[in-house]
Amino acid sequence: MKWLMSIFAALVLTGCSSMGVEPWERDLLAKDSMQLVPDYFDNFYDEHIYFSKEGSSGGQGVGGGGCGCN
Amino acid sequence: MQLKKIKGQMAAATCALLQVATPVANAAENDWDVDTAFLYYGEADGRVQAAEPAIYMGRNIGDDDRIDLRVVVDALTGATPNGAYAVNGVAQTFTTPSGESSYTIAPGDTPLDSTFRDVRVALGADYTQSLDRMSKIIWGANLSGEHDYFSMGVSANYSKDFNNRNTTLSAGVGYNNDTVKPGGGVPIEFAPMRDQGASQNIDGSSETKTIIDFMVGITQVIDRKTMVQLNLSLGTVSGYQNDPYKIVTVVDDPVAGLPSTAFLTANDLPYVFEKRPDSRQKSSLFLKAVHHLDEDVINASYRYYSDDWGIKSHTLDLKYRYELAASYLQPHVRYYSQSAADFYRHNLVLGTDINTAGDVLVDYASHDYRLAESTTTTLGLKYGIPMDDNSEFSVRGELITQSVNDGAVPAGQETPDLSAIMLQLNYSFVW
Repeated sequence: MKWLMSIFAALVLTGCSSMGVEPWERDLLAKDSMQLVPDYFDNFYDEHIYFSKEGSSGGQGVGGGGCGCN
Repeated sequence: MQLKKIKGQMAAATCALLQVATPVANAAENDWDVDTAFLYYGEADGRVQAAEPAIYMGRNIGDDDRIDLRVVVDALTGATPNGAYAVNGVAQTFTTPSGESSYTIAPGDTPLDSTFRDVRVALGADYTQSLDRMSKIIWGANLSGEHDYFSMGVSANYSKDFNNRNTTLSAGVGYNNDTVKPGGGVPIEFAPMRDQGASQNIDGSSETKTIIDFMVGITQVIDRKTMVQLNLSLGTVSGYQNDPYKIVTVVDDPVAGLPSTAFLTANDLPYVFEKRPDSRQKSSLFLKAVHHLDEDVINASYRYYSDDWGIKSHTLDLKYRYELAASYLQPHVRYYSQSAADFYRHNLVLGTDINTAGDVLVDYASHDYRLAESTTTTLGLKYGIPMDDNSEFSVRGELITQSVNDGAVPAGQETPDLSAIMLQLNYSFVW
């Protein structure tokens, strides 16, 4: 886990500041289809199904509630 | 130790988590973004069927704050594996969780408990509180209930934009408290299932567990067409984590794999209730990239997951949005692969794992297929029609195939593959 934290810190401290776009270059990034989660319920249902059927879960966010899924 | 230290650091760094997924907001001030959906999920071979209608509503409050609400109903029927396995030439009889009836599985068939039926209602609410022009906190609450399971949780996600809004850092924490109240009571761990009508091995009526999650994340705009996200998550689950309905078969001889008769006393069946550790530490790394081609969009993610039960998994997910004239097609591929939990057991062997007095000599055991080494492959296709008034209709179908590797077990006693379909209808609009 330590190396992951190091990579994470490195990403934050370097690199990032030289990337990106100006505000007037956000036409494509602003589209619905370019959002990280463009389809809310697609993502919601997928998370719910795989939570019920697989041994791992999470990664995308915290919270969300549990179930006694069979 | 290391985990504890990192957790301390994360807690000190405070605040909440990564970006909570909320629907894409289109509504002008005072209008509601509404998203309605219906899911049908059906497993082959008479296993679980689910119908799941859902509605989401969200709107801005004042200049910068926002509220998001969600209601999901989940109606389930069908049959689910009880943990015992198929045995050629031997019919197997099991007692239902209530202890008042039984069911018999034909020789060679997978033991499924078909008494499973449930309706779950889940409510969720998020309030986005803008702190200043560049930072916000999303406060979340969840509540869900079904006849034997109740869950409530709260979360907080802090995020701050930097670098001309090209970089977003976020941190979050979530707390959940779940109560399980199995029909018929909580079975005693490793105690044998007993004949219907006999006094059952039950201790108490409910158990609880607590889930605490931490996450930090970064979202970075790379260029006009590309955005990436990286999340690190740590979670700890403490309390009751057994599946109270799952059992493990006891055998005299692992080569034959036939249910034992030697350790039984009157009215006992050759199956013991599973037992899992009461704590679990989980961590994951999640990466996502969204990239715009000339017209189309690629959305790809990878997750690495690891926990101290011995499960490690890789998940790859790829969606390609192919733009048509006034609509789009979106193929979806997902591949998942996990290793088994350390205590995943196909059976318990008399003399080695359990003595004739019924004392179990291993610490934990479960034959829940979800803890086995497995792969899941999903292929899907979505068709969507965005309309001029900010509404959109879409339909999605997916085919899910899961195969379990039990290792070396006698022929006919393998855990069967699972195949399922899902069909989803979606209509979103501004109200």
